[in-house]
Amino acid sequence: MIMDNALPQSPSSSIVIEPRTGYVHVGWLELWASRELFYFLAWRDLKTRYAQTAIGAGWALMQPLLSTLIFTLVFGYLAKVPSDGLPYPLFAFAAILPWSLFARSLERSTLSVVSEGGLIKKVYFPRLIIPIAATFINLVDFAVGFLILIGMMIWYQVVPQWTLMFLPLFVGVALATALSVSLWLSALNVKYRDVASVVPLMTQLWMFASPVLYPASLVPEPYRFYYGLNPMAGVIEGFRWVLLGKAAPDWSMVAVSLVVVALLLVGGVIFFRRVERTFADLI
Amino acid sequence: MGDIAVRVDSLHKRYHLGATHAQDGSLAGALARGLRRLMGRPAGSSRTGESIWALRDVSFEIQKGEVFGVIGTNGSGKSTLLKILSRVTEPTKGRAVINGRFCGLLEVGTGFHPELTGRDNVYMSGAILGMKRQEIARKFDEIVAFAEVEQFIDTPVKHYSSGMYVRLGFSVLAHMDPDILIVDEVLAVGDVRFQKKCMGKMEDVGQHGRTVILVSHDMPAITRMCKRAILLNKGEVVQEGAAHDVVNHYLHAGHIKPYEEWLDPMQAPGNEVVRIRAVRVKSESGQITDRIDIRRPVQLEVEFDVLKPGHVFVPVFNLYNEEDVTVFTAHDRDPAWQRTPRLSGRYVSMATIPENFLTEGVFAVSALMMTETPFRLHVHVPRVVGFRIDESGTGDAARGDFNGRWMGVVRPLLGWRTRYTPD
Repeated sequence: MIMDNALPQSPSSSIVIEPRTGYVHVGWLELWASRELFYFLAWRDLKTRYAQTAIGAGWALMQPLLSTLIFTLVFGYLAKVPSDGLPYPLFAFAAILPWSLFARSLERSTLSVVSEGGLIKKVYFPRLIIPIAATFINLVDFAVGFLILIGMMIWYQVVPQWTLMFLPLFVGVALATALSVSLWLSALNVKYRDVASVVPLMTQLWMFASPVLYPASLVPEPYRFYYGLNPMAGVIEGFRWVLLGKAAPDWSMVAVSLVVVALLLVGGVIFFRRVERTFADLI
Repeated sequence: MGDIAVRVDSLHKRYHLGATHAQDGSLAGALARGLRRLMGRPAGSSRTGESIWALRDVSFEIQKGEVFGVIGTNGSGKSTLLKILSRVTEPTKGRAVINGRFCGLLEVGTGFHPELTGRDNVYMSGAILGMKRQEIARKFDEIVAFAEVEQFIDTPVKHYSSGMYVRLGFSVLAHMDPDILIVDEVLAVGDVRFQKKCMGKMEDVGQHGRTVILVSHDMPAITRMCKRAILLNKGEVVQEGAAHDVVNHYLHAGHIKPYEEWLDPMQAPGNEVVRIRAVRVKSESGQITDRIDIRRPVQLEVEFDVLKPGHVFVPVFNLYNEEDVTVFTAHDRDPAWQRTPRLSGRYVSMATIPENFLTEGVFAVSALMMTETPFRLHVHVPRVVGFRIDESGTGDAARGDFNGRWMGVVRPLLGWRTRYTPD
């Protein structure tokens, strides 16, 4: 299904429907033309997620706050994990915030294609919108959590530096990382529902491979390069850097992980576009 | 582009049966196959399970502004064709070209979320169908008024009655203004009054130069609204042409026959206690026929073998008209057998539909065999035979000398009397 003229709204366009073979282009124009649908999907998710709940968006805060509390008790207080001289709750929360953004995005986005199966079987629209919307929507929970973080920074009297301007970069990398993996997984999940069971396991392992509970400085020097291959290591260290004034992350490390993300992302888009034609038949 | 709205060129679609989520489709299975391949062993049959051609070499053209009908029995490939045209799924071979802004609709209320209000869902559904936000906003009042849900527009649709839900869903679609509109059986929903309103809207759409593809079991609607139609059977185009001819072909040639017999007892539909061996439509003189004058009775006959003695059986006929409406259900009320366990052997049950009772048109008959208490359905042979009731305009039937459109599911010749008082 390749569109000669990728704008569905243009009245003079003609659509050619035929089996896809070989190279499949991404269809950026079509994707851009459907941006309103992206807003609507995100808006619908937000509106329905906390429908008929008593504390509504309060649940968005519950999870990171509880994690911080437990981690502080277990790792900060009992196990006395070092926190680079920062108060452990702040140290942990500054990591849990981007980590939750990443993990929720990865999980939701992976399941998104199958859970929108009803739509996929009924109407045509650029399928890429689904995992993208499911990723970006988590920015809302992130924003709410960020308010808490500001509160904690005031409480602990930590003043951010000029480096704060890099914050959007790290948020972007967290989202891109989630999307780069979930594009593959959400498409695979259509045929192999095993994926849905693998993802929670994967995020859990991934968390321990990221400096959420401990500082990256704890990782022995010879392994730093491999550690840097995990983009979330750079993101979390970056968050602590821009918000709490910790040492800057190793930029060569960040660069390596950016290359990894970019490759995964491009591959993911191509893979997704290649297999999306079978979605309606398999869901 | 010219004046062609849709050109379909030798479309094929193959579906693989099974082997999607089964063991063959699991990750473990795929990994095992990959490993075997890596180790240089044959990967086994990579395609277990059978495949079927849901569409085979389907070609047709639709002119701009035409209302085009697609008919066929269930499983004839209509839905697959629609799914390909609306780009939900991809053809296996062949191609289709669509000129113009297009709106596919496989179901009313696409994109509705039960937790959202009517208002939100109008926007949601509109966006999914490809409308711009301003466009929806502009037409919003019209959409809501057409659906007649003004009062409930800020209520979550999960609290809607099914009628309200369907009305709102259709209304969004009807206000889309696409160049090409696909409608699949939407007219079979909602109450009769709203159905009429939908039909009116659809006819409007057709008259405004837009192209409509109408898929329906409602044959009168197809003949009334479409100029041309195609008939699909088992994925192939059986006939293409004037809607009236195609509908007639569908209703008469090969799709209805006045009798069905199973000579091989093992092939006969049934279970271990009873099997239906034949179903027939006969005239009052006992001739098997598929054409009966409206002024003559129709005899329905079912022949069956009772294989195990001691059961009470009730033969049942269901009668359906062209619009797929169940005209009646009739249980054998022969007092001799109503509560009497039957001995094994061959039985023939006959039911007589009185003259001057059915309308003109084509009817399908299903034959069933059941036990009423405790209820058990032994056999159900859906739409196994059919016949046509003719009205020859002799003036002595219910129609009299009136030649216009005649309504009603049945057409009884009632007993009329007149009392006259002179001035």
